[in-house]
Amino acid sequence: MIRLFKIKEKQQELSANSNGKPPGKTQSAGELRLQKDISELNLPNACSISFPNGQDDLMNFEVTIRPDEGYYSGGMFTFTFQISSVYPHDAPKVKCKAKVYHPNIDLDGNVCLNILREDWNPILNINTIIYGLYHLFTEPNHEDPLNAKAAKVLRDNPKLFAFNVKRTMAGGYMGQTLFTRCR
Amino acid sequence: MVESRISSSSRSRDLDKLLLRPGNLVGPTFEPGTQLRDDLQEYARILVVGAGGLGCELLKDLALSGFRNLEVIDMDRIEVSNLNRQFLFRLEDVGQPKAEVAAKRVMERVSGVNIVPHFCRIEEKELEFYSEFSIIVLGLDSVEARSYINAVACGFLEYDSNDEPVEETVKPMVDGGTEGFKGHARVILPGMTPCFECTIWLFPPQVKFPLCTLAETPRTAAHCIEYAHLIKWDEVHSGKSFDPDNPEHMQWVYLEAAKRAQLFGIPGVTYSLTQGVVKNIIPAIASTNAIISAACALETLKIASGCSKTLSNYLTYNGVEGLHTKVTEFVKDKDCLVCGPGIFIELETSVTLKMFIDQLEDHPKLLMSGASVRVGGKNLYMAAPPLLEEMTRSNLGLPLFELMDKSPTGVVHVTGTAGKGDKRQSCLRKLRVAFKAVGIADTDMAGGA
Ligand SMILES: [Zn+2]
Repeated sequence: MIRLFKIKEKQQELSANSNGKPPGKTQSAGELRLQKDISELNLPNACSISFPNGQDDLMNFEVTIRPDEGYYSGGMFTFTFQISSVYPHDAPKVKCKAKVYHPNIDLDGNVCLNILREDWNPILNINTIIYGLYHLFTEPNHEDPLNAKAAKVLRDNPKLFAFNVKRTMAGGYMGQTLFTRCR
Repeated sequence: MVESRISSSSRSRDLDKLLLRPGNLVGPTFEPGTQLRDDLQEYARILVVGAGGLGCELLKDLALSGFRNLEVIDMDRIEVSNLNRQFLFRLEDVGQPKAEVAAKRVMERVSGVNIVPHFCRIEEKELEFYSEFSIIVLGLDSVEARSYINAVACGFLEYDSNDEPVEETVKPMVDGGTEGFKGHARVILPGMTPCFECTIWLFPPQVKFPLCTLAETPRTAAHCIEYAHLIKWDEVHSGKSFDPDNPEHMQWVYLEAAKRAQLFGIPGVTYSLTQGVVKNIIPAIASTNAIISAACALETLKIASGCSKTLSNYLTYNGVEGLHTKVTEFVKDKDCLVCGPGIFIELETSVTLKMFIDQLEDHPKLLMSGASVRVGGKNLYMAAPPLLEEMTRSNLGLPLFELMDKSPTGVVHVTGTAGKGDKRQSCLRKLRVAFKAVGIADTDMAGGA
């Protein structure tokens, strides 16, 4: 219930009173939960995080993965994370910044990782996603292809796949596509 | 003036039955009489958020319920596909801002009502804008927008020393929502009934298809649309982000989706389905909007006048098969970070951030170690990761009072490991901080009044 007579009174005082409160920015529930996720990060040595917009914007950050085993060992891959104001209701939007030759990542940086899409659940967190990305590099799989050509090579000719990965990580053209050096 | 009174009194015949007569089911503050009716017209200021299907209905219903000071905020322009249900709009209005046309049309038809339109995003308005309304009524279709307005309205809420909400700071919200034949109407009295965030689980997460399915094995029209929206768009428009409110962008996605559907022999891609999938909207039904809006307008009238107890607190309507409607009383999450009281802590103005963090370890309700501290969008200290720890470390020696811009009171969010023994776990808590030397003057004034 509101009390109209109080509103009446308040309208006269309003201008006088409104100075008492700090203007303050509205905090989204997503920002608060993200603060918790970030302060609890426990990353594998191969992963690091950075905040290009400084310490007060946690909603946009970058994660760099330097795989220490597997096909991509020695490479360096940076992902951008965009967090929604209703996180963790909505999953983060994650993209790979540079072109990478990978069966589960397309050439525009889209990532096929189940927990980013169909299997996202609010009990998951940023740490889970970073581990998920890390595993994409140690264990790329041909069953969820986003780059169908790379997936086919991985399935049919792992040696050629390993060679292609090395070649693209060194930078240069493969077919029509220019890869930047990332090692 | 006299003439308009006469015409409005005949128009308010039914309303008068509610407002002029006593009753048994009325709210505790109800004082029937013409004074109440006049005050309602003069002093109640209602904000309608959204001027779409629900918003059009709400403006009409509220205007006809005797409210005279209405404002409406919406960032969209009218599209042809709106015209079947957003009944305030005509073909010649296509391309005009919804808020402006809706306000104009209702004012033309309902004498005495004044509606101020705001053609902008809800985030563009200052907090003061929202604080001036008696009640905020929501006719929205997105979780994000609801969550934002909820955070703003709950931000005005203050608690007294017994952790009870201070009545004058409660900003009531009435929230309507529809999806096809289903809908809900709810009353949110921050601090008294659950806020949007307390019950966010009521909104099921959006269905998301695996990207690899979209890229390799599409089977449905929605798969084709999401492929065009999520994958093809980026491939073609390097760097330019997709704007769901730009009709040209939507048209492009529709045409790409149609091409892909043809390639895979999948039927059913239409422009309106494209809009529906991309914006996650289930086609709206005019009658559902009308029913939900009527419920919302009535609740608004009840809150403003006290002429009846409000619904407590969540009404669902389902017209898919026959008709099913039900009111559920959800409960507040007492630890809700948005509407909950938080834990009260009183501090000296000289206390540094480091001392404050140390105090949290001994606080009986917290026992929190390794705390990170956030105030009003600023991270004062982050215990981890090392990069952020380093960036925020220099704050530790500064007085918290100064870090909080010398505000006598404020809300602080802390995260860390809290609890006792086996029950220690990481948690996020809201604290209400008051500074002693500054606070005392206020307390004296309150005591003396
Ligand atoms: Zn809440």
